[in-house]
Amino acid sequence: MVRRVAAQLKDLARGGTAPPGPFRPGFWKSPLRGPWLTAVLGCGLLVGIPILFVTGLLSYAAYDPGLGGGNDRTSGKELLGFYLFTWPTDPVWLYRAVIGTHLLLGLALLPVLLAKLWSVIPRLFAWPPATSPAQALERLSLVLLVGGAVFEFATGLLNVQLFYPWSFSFYTAHLYGAWVFIGAFVAHVILKFPAMVRALRARRLRTELRTDLEHTHSEEPDEHGLVATAPSAPTISRRGLLGMVGGGSLLLVGLAAGQTLGDGVRGTALLAPRGGRDPGDFPINKTAASRGIAERDTGSTWRLVVVGASRELSLSRDQLLALPQTTARLPISCVEGWSTTQTWTGVPLADLLSLIDEPAGTVLVSSLQDGGAFSEARLARNQVADPRSLLALRVNDADLSLDHGFPARIIVPAAPGVHCTKWVREIRLLGEDA
Amino acid sequence: MVRRLLAWYGASPVHLAALLIGGALSAYAVSLVPGSQLLAITLWFVGMLLVHDLVLFPIYAAADNAAAWLSHHTKARPPQVPWVNHVRVPAVLAGLLLVAWFPLILRLASPTYEAATGLSDRAYLGRWLLVTAVLFVGSALLYVGRTLNAARRGPAEHGGLSRAEQPRATAGGEAGS
Repeated sequence: MVRRVAAQLKDLARGGTAPPGPFRPGFWKSPLRGPWLTAVLGCGLLVGIPILFVTGLLSYAAYDPGLGGGNDRTSGKELLGFYLFTWPTDPVWLYRAVIGTHLLLGLALLPVLLAKLWSVIPRLFAWPPATSPAQALERLSLVLLVGGAVFEFATGLLNVQLFYPWSFSFYTAHLYGAWVFIGAFVAHVILKFPAMVRALRARRLRTELRTDLEHTHSEEPDEHGLVATAPSAPTISRRGLLGMVGGGSLLLVGLAAGQTLGDGVRGTALLAPRGGRDPGDFPINKTAASRGIAERDTGSTWRLVVVGASRELSLSRDQLLALPQTTARLPISCVEGWSTTQTWTGVPLADLLSLIDEPAGTVLVSSLQDGGAFSEARLARNQVADPRSLLALRVNDADLSLDHGFPARIIVPAAPGVHCTKWVREIRLLGEDA
Repeated sequence: MVRRLLAWYGASPVHLAALLIGGALSAYAVSLVPGSQLLAITLWFVGMLLVHDLVLFPIYAAADNAAAWLSHHTKARPPQVPWVNHVRVPAVLAGLLLVAWFPLILRLASPTYEAATGLSDRAYLGRWLLVTAVLFVGSALLYVGRTLNAARRGPAEHGGLSRAEQPRATAGGEAGS
């Protein structure tokens, strides 16, 4: 007995007979698996993932991390910040488009990713694990590829649902995770692109989409080991499977798009964190109660302090209301993917600075809330100089509600929602540059 | 010498270059992760991969195998219509919605959700069940329609009468919603 086990172990170590179960080719029965199906799904990811990656990087740029402080959630990025630029204020829907695309495309690609992983899972159990150093290295990079994909989709989806079962920062994990993943992704595309093109040429998509279950057969045996050696009879056609994947994408996007598209159709977003219905008027991010904002902090004793290099000014809400008011129709767009456009009225930030004889420059805006990730934010010179960037006192012809930032909040065109600080306490000029 | 090294490596220089360049980028990104968070992120990175490959995948593969086995053992005879995809498609779609939104549906983040939105997350379970019910009922109606269609057409087809409508036109239902 012992001798037999020892002999088997020795055999295993030499990579001889595969262990039973999924390690043996006969285990995998689906007649649909094959290079063509994998290539079609891979092609979808090849188009979608670069867009997902770029919109993610743009969303990071939108925080203007170059201003430092709380704007940069991942200050140790070094060379990976090579592409950063000052975030513009035009078009006003820029951030809405970037983050909306990122979230909705991510949802659309979820079924494609799961189907792609299903299509290649026999390779996970390939035996022997590696026959050459080349293969060993490639499989190691696949750990980063598949692990990175699963990690990025999971952290992104859990973050928009405000579910944080982990101890690390979402920003750190999602940003560096994306770079780890994209390294493996680039290598994978270089290695597999020729095989993908070959596989796509082997069958015509149009023909496959016309092939019903009765005429569905296995693909030709392949060198990748994706085609089952002893397939079972098909129970769904290839077009049925692709239809199910596409249907899944449409369903996920259809039930979530309303929270990004806007206020008339928010009710259609039945399965999205900020869909279905509105809290009275329009969505909020963080209630006053949750941030420790009490009525007494925001009552008649509240003052806005504007601090310059040599002067500072304290203004009551009535004094602010007595200044020339500007009205702008601007969206708030959250990094979590939802968006809402409202009509804001208040004092342009540049006007506030001119009251203390300062030109527009980088400012630090602080909130009454104590602590919290975004209790303060830095705004760049171009944002402060834009005449539509307001210290808003009213929205839609009514005073701000406490949850929307009463007595005063920031609204800046095209900036991420978390930089539109609520319950503003102080605006401090940091400098004229940057 | 180079040739012997490549023979030992087992693939072309392009293969090696692609993996080294991609690997260098990945390694550089890992090196930038703050030390205090590296362990937790690594554990979650590996853990999520294992959960997908060794927990989620076997569950959905087993469920699918069961459906295929059942369908095989209750094989539809013409003019009957195979039912398996009328269960599989709505089940997969409802499962997909659950995979994407389980923290909302199962109310795993109620306190942070309410602090952020000022709303309750109580509605999501009901909404998911509603969408699931619509998917299954829609699929069932489609099945009934296809069965009736097949029953009406069955004798004619067996009689060899040519019909303008091809069978594939009805088989499209398996593609689901």
